[in-house]
Amino acid sequence: MAAIASAPHFAQEHGGHAKEHDNSLWSWVTTVDHKRIGILYGVSSFLFFLLGGIEASLIRTQLIVPNNRLVDPDTFNQLTTMHALTMVFLALMPLTAAFFNIAVPLMIGARDVAFPRLNAFSYWTFLVGALILNFGWIYGGSPDSGWFAYANITSRQYSPGPGMDYYTLGLQVLGVASMAAALNFIVTILNMRAPGMTLMRMPVFVWMTLVTSILIVLAFPVITVALIFLALDRMVGTSFFNPTGGGDPILWQHLFWIFGHPEVYILILPAMGVVSEILPTFSRKPLFGYHFVVYSGVAIGFLAFGVWSHHMFATGLGPIADSGFALATMLIAIPTGVKIFNWIGTLWDGAIRFTTAMLFATAFIAVFIVGGLSGVMHASPPAVLQQSATYFIVAHIHYVLFGGTIFGLFGGIYYWFPKVSGRLLSESAGKVHFWLTMVGMNIAFFPMHFLGLDGMPRRIYTYGADMGWSFWNLVSTLGVYLIIVGTLIFIGNIVWSVRSGVVAFSDPWDAATLEWSIPSPPPEHNFDRIPVVASARPLWDWKYGAAHSHESHAHAPIAGAQHGDDGEHIHMPNPSYWPLVTAVGLAVIAFGILFWIPMAIFGVFLLFFGINSWAFEPAG
Amino acid sequence: MKGRHAIGVAATLLFTLLTACDAPGPMWFWMRPESNFARILQDLFTQIVVLAVVVFVIVEGALLWAILRFRAESSTRVPTQTHGNTRMEIAWTIAPTLVLVAIAVPTVRTVFETYNPPKVANPIRIVAVGHQWWWEFQYPDLNIITANEIVFPAGQQVNLEIKSADVVHAFWIPKLGGKRDAIPMRTNVLWWTADQPGTYYGQCTQLCGTSHANMRLRAIVKTDAEWQAWLSAMGSATGVPPSRAPENVQRGYQLVSTGACIGCHAIKGTSLVARAGPDLTRFGDRITLGSGLYPNDEAHLIAWLRDPQGSKPGNKMPNLGLSDEDAAAIAAYLHSLK
Repeated sequence: MAAIASAPHFAQEHGGHAKEHDNSLWSWVTTVDHKRIGILYGVSSFLFFLLGGIEASLIRTQLIVPNNRLVDPDTFNQLTTMHALTMVFLALMPLTAAFFNIAVPLMIGARDVAFPRLNAFSYWTFLVGALILNFGWIYGGSPDSGWFAYANITSRQYSPGPGMDYYTLGLQVLGVASMAAALNFIVTILNMRAPGMTLMRMPVFVWMTLVTSILIVLAFPVITVALIFLALDRMVGTSFFNPTGGGDPILWQHLFWIFGHPEVYILILPAMGVVSEILPTFSRKPLFGYHFVVYSGVAIGFLAFGVWSHHMFATGLGPIADSGFALATMLIAIPTGVKIFNWIGTLWDGAIRFTTAMLFATAFIAVFIVGGLSGVMHASPPAVLQQSATYFIVAHIHYVLFGGTIFGLFGGIYYWFPKVSGRLLSESAGKVHFWLTMVGMNIAFFPMHFLGLDGMPRRIYTYGADMGWSFWNLVSTLGVYLIIVGTLIFIGNIVWSVRSGVVAFSDPWDAATLEWSIPSPPPEHNFDRIPVVASARPLWDWKYGAAHSHESHAHAPIAGAQHGDDGEHIHMPNPSYWPLVTAVGLAVIAFGILFWIPMAIFGVFLLFFGINSWAFEPAG
Repeated sequence: MKGRHAIGVAATLLFTLLTACDAPGPMWFWMRPESNFARILQDLFTQIVVLAVVVFVIVEGALLWAILRFRAESSTRVPTQTHGNTRMEIAWTIAPTLVLVAIAVPTVRTVFETYNPPKVANPIRIVAVGHQWWWEFQYPDLNIITANEIVFPAGQQVNLEIKSADVVHAFWIPKLGGKRDAIPMRTNVLWWTADQPGTYYGQCTQLCGTSHANMRLRAIVKTDAEWQAWLSAMGSATGVPPSRAPENVQRGYQLVSTGACIGCHAIKGTSLVARAGPDLTRFGDRITLGSGLYPNDEAHLIAWLRDPQGSKPGNKMPNLGLSDEDAAAIAAYLHSLK
């Protein structure tokens, strides 16, 4: 806290300047403000994170003792499938979208994203997709063939219920949301940076947003094609994946993983970006080797598309394919290693303050190393023949996505919460949350390595008492309970701090990027005057002079202190409900396809009506 | 009351923990391989693990050192603003590359090895076919079909062909070799020579529906003499009970050969020839039932016959509504098949 209090209060202090915010429900439904949409994304994705966590807790409680009968096998298969789908598509991806929305425009000195109404549409469409995906809990049973949904168990013959239909339609709708958001952020980042902010002066988080968005744009069309094939196989009896009709179940595996592997990087790169912002701030140093970190992020993005078959080493693709994909996979370890070394280089000789955000960021590195190294073990096909589909893989994926993505994003929440809410999260509760999560995470997931080595397959709802798996399963489940306690403390922290937390001024962490140069929370138009940027650390230039900057020609601030141009006349987009109407059109189409085709036709009309009204909406 | 309840929960938990500690140790730890195939995988895996541990210690060590050494909670010191060091960064780009080369070379060599079974004179050919949720094993050169327990001798090479009758499964016996997927309309290969006789556990590892977790199997690795005996027993097997057999065995045979069983099962030497369910030839020889789920004893077999769904959720055997006596007779007959 001492460090926070001593941080120089440099920037514009608009105490009481901002207009009273309209907080009615209608204002949230029609909002096109990137900060509010970010909050909507954040709250929704956190609720889905809790849902996915409940699913995980049921899974782990079922496995706490051998031959347990807490849930039946079909429910268990739905739980594992929905846990993965929920965490990947409804919790982590939209949580990264919340960060993109809240931080990116502020970090590049923009007043909103390029297409604010499209942004609202992305959010509502995400909510529609989430509803479809989870509809099985209410009616007919949820998807139960794994989030990877390997053909041909997904065919109508072997999955007669509606679960896999929710899967195909839900993921397609979610794909629309992701594509729209990704295109929006690509355009925003490329076109709306403040003057002087060249690409190589962009914060690394913005860079990672750009790379992630490009990955989404390139990867989602592939899964869309696969999902359409699968939907046709199920609904009209085509045979894309059905072997008895001449189709090929392996085709699904290729299409799924051409999407699925980049998807893993879509989940981890934003967290890497968050960590690359937190580490320099709390080490009081610039990011070590900015260029290397950026280039390695771009390299990971490129390589992401050349490694998909390492998920299929047990499929028997032949020695040439296996070797090629093995070598490509190993290449990914190089840029990843470079990032880790540069992060340690950032810490080195710094003045490190362990705020909760910093604890999560450093723990990210420590835990991600474990996931990275087990990842290298999975690059070697013969070794994978033993590890694949065992708990060894479950350990790896959770070290990468829990220890990696979730730690990075928790760090980001502690870091940016004051910017969004104007108040700091409690640091003492935050530290309890951190340690419970860190210890719980390792107790839950490290023993899974042992279970994998002992031959325990993943996705089994039960196991015999004579297998020798009982002890580590018990330990692992207890670890999950620790994580639950930590998460409850986190929720309490949010609820308490949003009303009663320490008031955060514009720059509570003594940070270096543009979002900290404006009040917390920022006014609707963000910047009274668009700042002019002369280095990768504009705020430090203004606070401490260019002497601290690598680029010696950095100029004095232009924006900032002077806010003579009153914010009242800045043109901001009007609220609009047409994005919501358009998204509802998609929902009507999807549920029509599921239950009653005429309804789908009505949905198409609603969709076009929404788009048309949106296009010709007066600019106010 | 509440306190008592909490103590009760804690005691149960502690008891569970202790019994769990007391449970048998990991029996299927594949880092102790028992075949040549599993050993080449293991050798490679060990090399990678050793390198990974070295890297882990160095990198985590550097990280720990940095956060302990450069902690400065209360100081307002502004450290030197270093932006990077190109030489150092090139060095730590090259270092992981070298480690990866050390992994890549043996990896590629081993990949080719796994796909090319050693050429030996008379390997034993076994076709393993995955079904929801059991395994059929065919010995095409020996005219033998069995289910859920794959039998072969130690010291002789087995060439496996892995197939599926319905959805994608995966065949895995941890101690003997890696897994290969069983894919409809395709054939995958595995091979191995088991080191010594014994019983080995295996399981399907590709999510294949309701009872995926119950799709288990055993490998029964025999000595040469036992193997020859098994071969001749399987060759001469006849499912018709001899006239001196006990009455309930005779009755069981009558029930099986005239009842619903003929729709799905086969028993060599009888009128049962269907292949939809597991082949039951010399069923009494098997050590497990229900695809490796239960010990093959009278109580478990009767329980299975009375309520197949209760014994194995989702499996394709319908409840035949057998009376206790009929189930006991059928069990007696099936157990007489050895």
